[in-house]
Amino acid sequence: MNALKNRLSRWFGERLPLSATTEFLSHKTVPVHRYTILYYFGGMTLFFFLVQVVTGILLMLYYRPSAQEAFESVQFIMTTVHFGWLIRSLHSWSANLMVYFAFVHLATVFFTKAYRPPREMTWVTGCIVLFLVLAFGFSGYLLPWNQLAFFATKVGTDIAGAVPFIGEWLLRFLRGGERVTGGTLSRFYGWHVAILPAVTVVLLGVHLLMVQLQGMSVPPTAEKEARRRRPMKFFPNFALRDLFGWVLALGVLAAIAAIFPWELGEKADPFIPAFKDIRPEWYFMFMFETLKLVPGGEILGVEYEAIPILLFGLAGLVLVLVPFLDRGVVRTGRSPAFTVVGIAALLYMVGMTAWGYRSLVPIYAVLATVVVTVILALGTRRSGGGKKR
Amino acid sequence: MDNEATSMGRRRFLNWFLGTSVGALMGSILFPVARFVSPPEVPEAATNQVEACATNDPELLEKGFRIIRFGLEPVLLMRVAEGDFRAYTATCTHLDCIVEYQKGEGRIWCNCHNGHYDLSGQVVAGPPPRPLDPIEVNLVSAGPGLPQKIVLSRA
Repeated sequence: MNALKNRLSRWFGERLPLSATTEFLSHKTVPVHRYTILYYFGGMTLFFFLVQVVTGILLMLYYRPSAQEAFESVQFIMTTVHFGWLIRSLHSWSANLMVYFAFVHLATVFFTKAYRPPREMTWVTGCIVLFLVLAFGFSGYLLPWNQLAFFATKVGTDIAGAVPFIGEWLLRFLRGGERVTGGTLSRFYGWHVAILPAVTVVLLGVHLLMVQLQGMSVPPTAEKEARRRRPMKFFPNFALRDLFGWVLALGVLAAIAAIFPWELGEKADPFIPAFKDIRPEWYFMFMFETLKLVPGGEILGVEYEAIPILLFGLAGLVLVLVPFLDRGVVRTGRSPAFTVVGIAALLYMVGMTAWGYRSLVPIYAVLATVVVTVILALGTRRSGGGKKR
Repeated sequence: MDNEATSMGRRRFLNWFLGTSVGALMGSILFPVARFVSPPEVPEAATNQVEACATNDPELLEKGFRIIRFGLEPVLLMRVAEGDFRAYTATCTHLDCIVEYQKGEGRIWCNCHNGHYDLSGQVVAGPPPRPLDPIEVNLVSAGPGLPQKIVLSRA
């Protein structure tokens, strides 16, 4: 038995020489310090991405991307297909959790300055994957072809139409024509199941490869502590903790999906008035709310509406370029200005999101959310802002 | 010696405990997935009778046959001779293709793998394993001065 096993492993080893990789992984270590817990958020995001891949492929077996059949096919999945309600609910919940953990991952990497050289490209690919994840969310939202999604897509694509110069082209490109129709649905489906996954898998592969090759970044404020404490072996110590988190996440996800199945709503009808509470997914809420505050009118031939859109675009670009803009952190290990701007941006996003949901949740809950975020953000600043302990 | 026995027991206990836990976890993932991919039974409305067309239907006169929708099933309706209408399920018993009536040859033919049936649906040549299922044809009056209607029903 053992002789056979040895022969088999030798046979595969000759054809698939992985020994260098396993050798590398067996020596890989993970630094241990007071922020080590932050290393798990990227893996958590990856876990929900994998759930998306599996449940998404399963849903494709029954989903039909046309204006006539999309809603009915999702209804069929929810009511008739065995465990269809579970698979769809898992897909919807996991999507939201993936976006949430992607944002948390972004914040932890940002505030611990993990984008410092030589990890600039890890940061850039991560940012692009985050934008792709948001594009997944936006395109996937329309696929059930219900009222909420239909109007949210109308609004979302209309916003793209306000971009100066290329807006008109962009709107037609997104909608596949002048209006949101079955043509838009086919197009969003193509993006959602083919184009975005292909691009994401490549970029995510590069991102993960760089993380593995470069190892975990130690925050400047924890360098002394990391030197003092013994690092953890990546395998099995870190991998086991990661796996534990994944099992826990799966349990929580399954429980949420089973207890709160994702609702379907009413079939989209372009010829009835939009009802109250038409809203995008929560992660677009801060932009949506900002646009609501802008009055109509134009200045120098540019609509007022275009100004926040351009600012958000600029903010996205700045986010991608952070490692190249923050030169101070390379020299001194500190960049309080970036920390402060980051906290301000985070507060703005959380505050506007909470404000956007004021009609659904009581105002004191909104205020409480903002207050808690302020306190947490101040806490982060105190420990992550480079002050000595 | 005693200590060793105890520690081995613990290890075996943990191995079993973790092994069965992981097995149960895998089972609780794979079972819903396996059920999901097996398509649910969707009851089809049973069709027992269909009004096909009039006896002087132009397509029927010209080509000698028409494929009629019988519920979700295609049925081959042939006009073999003046007043002689016959119908069979149009699905070849070989590999599910749709057969046609060749007026000139006086036979039912399947294009896919050259299967031949005679006009009573029996296999004459080629790979089909069974004869075609017959469908009952009835001619019903459509009113005075009008051509009769062809009504198909399950035999």
